[in-house]
Amino acid sequence: MSVKSVMIVGVGGQGSLLASRILGNVLLSEGFDVKVSEVHGMSQRGGSVVTYVKYGENVYSPVIEKGEADVIISFEQLEAARWIPYLKKGGHLIVSDQMIEPMPVITGTAKYPENIIEKIKNTGIDIISVDALTLAEKAGNSKASNVVLMGVLSTKLEFDKEVWYKALEECVPEKFLDMNKKAFELGVNL
Amino acid sequence: MKKLMLGNDAFARGIYEAGCKVVSSYPGTPSTEITESAAKYKEVYAEWAPNEKVAMEVALGASIAGARSFCGMKHVGLNVAADPLYTASYTGVNGGMVIAVADDPGMHSSQNEQDSRYHAIASKILMLEPSDSGECKEFVKQAFDLSEKYDTPVIVRMSTRVAHSQSSVELCEREEKELKNYEKNPQKYVMMPAFAKKRHVVVEERMKQLAEFAEISELNKTEINSSKTGIITSGISYQYAKEVFGDTVSYLKLGIVNPLPEKLIKDFAAECDEIYVIEELEDIIETKCDRLGIKVKGKELFGYIGELSQAIIAEKILGKKQETESFGEDIPVRPPVMCAGCPHRGLFYSLSKLKVNVMGDIGCYTLGASAPLNAMDATICMGASISSLHGFNKARGEEAEKNTVAVIGDSTFMHSGMTSLVNITYNSTNSTVIILDNSITGMTGHQQNPTTGYNLKGDVASKICLEDLCKALGIKRVRVVDPYDMAETEKVIKEELAVEKASVIISRRPCALLKYVKHKPALKVDTDKCITCKACLKIGCPAISIKNSKACIDHTQCVGCGICQEMCKFDAIGGNK
Repeated sequence: MSVKSVMIVGVGGQGSLLASRILGNVLLSEGFDVKVSEVHGMSQRGGSVVTYVKYGENVYSPVIEKGEADVIISFEQLEAARWIPYLKKGGHLIVSDQMIEPMPVITGTAKYPENIIEKIKNTGIDIISVDALTLAEKAGNSKASNVVLMGVLSTKLEFDKEVWYKALEECVPEKFLDMNKKAFELGVNL
Repeated sequence: MKKLMLGNDAFARGIYEAGCKVVSSYPGTPSTEITESAAKYKEVYAEWAPNEKVAMEVALGASIAGARSFCGMKHVGLNVAADPLYTASYTGVNGGMVIAVADDPGMHSSQNEQDSRYHAIASKILMLEPSDSGECKEFVKQAFDLSEKYDTPVIVRMSTRVAHSQSSVELCEREEKELKNYEKNPQKYVMMPAFAKKRHVVVEERMKQLAEFAEISELNKTEINSSKTGIITSGISYQYAKEVFGDTVSYLKLGIVNPLPEKLIKDFAAECDEIYVIEELEDIIETKCDRLGIKVKGKELFGYIGELSQAIIAEKILGKKQETESFGEDIPVRPPVMCAGCPHRGLFYSLSKLKVNVMGDIGCYTLGASAPLNAMDATICMGASISSLHGFNKARGEEAEKNTVAVIGDSTFMHSGMTSLVNITYNSTNSTVIILDNSITGMTGHQQNPTTGYNLKGDVASKICLEDLCKALGIKRVRVVDPYDMAETEKVIKEELAVEKASVIISRRPCALLKYVKHKPALKVDTDKCITCKACLKIGCPAISIKNSKACIDHTQCVGCGICQEMCKFDAIGGNK
């Protein structure tokens, strides 16, 4: 099979690393060659962060370039708009409708675009918008938006739920496991 | 067993499997996780040293004693450790010694983009370069064997994309290594001129042997697929090239990047009509080809700046560009910022308000340079804040002493700020140094350091008291402030700038991201009281913005630090009392 590419984008601190590790584990146990590329260090401090997950028979480059992503999962509206050029024609966009203003907007030197999700829909891109934050809070912790979004993603990929659960068990500390499973289910049953 | 592993974790696995006993490093993105991960193996002794020079000397000492040893650092760390490195090349090793150096093309988290291969060339040390996690582990194990076989330290060069990408790794058992016999051997280990002259001869002989080894080693791989196009490459660039061309071109993938195999390169070039050299940063392979009289295309296409990628290679060689979708509007940038609750925020706001010159340093607090705080004038390298403050004050005299400070983190101060402070005492300026003590090494992801009271393994360790240390270094005026108390912080800064003595202000509060730091409930804005004066926006907190013409606090980010409450003159922010 050809290599499939999933991008996970958001704001530093939102938990994109954990999401990419869960997905990576799912793909590895499905027998794919997998590469996951992460961001550490300074850019993690509230900056725009992006994680790449690629899988297939043979994956070479760990990074995803413009026009290559089959799926983009965004933890925030503005970040979804930012990374659209990386989406393949006909690719899917899953967006948490959370809005986090970047510093230039807070200080008034830039404007946060209005109606981002509406505008993306109008371009014809296949987009699923999710109130992941509310669902995560419903599951018990606002930090679990990442796992809600993994639940949504799981409906776009054809892997058994047990594989996802096993990956959750491997990536999440035991005391948070039930809460994360709940968050995952809320994403699945959207 | 196959496992998905970060390049750095795979590197650590290699350290473990190779029977390495002693690890000493200083954290630095993108190298940090190698040592953190190695510390999780109970068979491996691992420590954070105060800086890279110390770490390398610890590793060399362990090697001389007969153990396999390791030290890891980022590219600029190797500058700090260059002193022992260049002479360790002369002494060689007893137990195998491996050094990791992680370059950061694209400067994801660094102050420059230097290419560490030059250090390997200049110090005449064997350098390997893996291209994925599997190779990280295998190359490290071979590096230990080669270190012992050729009696030399071996550098394994990482880059951000190899260090911070996960790919699958086959795990093996650890092979325990007995300590090698230690015998006193001053001719080998005491590098005074008479002995060093003889060792230099050994180094040159070793380089010849290593050059021969590079010609036949399986670390360098040739893939002949086409007689038309050949690509000479190494590390992550190989993966990018392979993604673009698959098996349609021929490859010479160099796993050994110093010394380069001249005959192998010539033979490969003879097989192909056209040769491309694909390497990030400097033109080291290309220059070698030039010297061998081989016509190649490389830097004229790719340049010297930033990372490469499959897209860049496809565009420059094939003229291909991907079609892309677009949002169609300007999208505001999202630069990194100090976290909500960051103890540095209050201090930098005070500095910004006082309009003083700020000589900065390397850490999270470099973000104090960004809007809206804009409170930094220079950032160079680890420790430079204090020494450049002294120079600044010597040049401009009393006028500068009254309105210029240095800011440096606790870990950076222990790394190389101490000696700079000694210079202020010894050569006497009335300088004001602020140590931002957040009780952890923050930027690289929470590593312990000599001031935190814990070691890398998480055990209780001797804790250096910064107040006592600064006094011992000759500073008479040492004061401690809580940066959450902005009024007091500002008052103390003013007093210490005014006084005609050198002083140190310790701005002390633990990083808000530390697990043991208890957060207060999120604050709320009373919209009836808020007059939208925007004073609370001046501190650059990512949790505060304007919604419906009133200040609004994001409850998912706010940790209740209260800095914004101090800013608000209308008592409009509350909720956690």
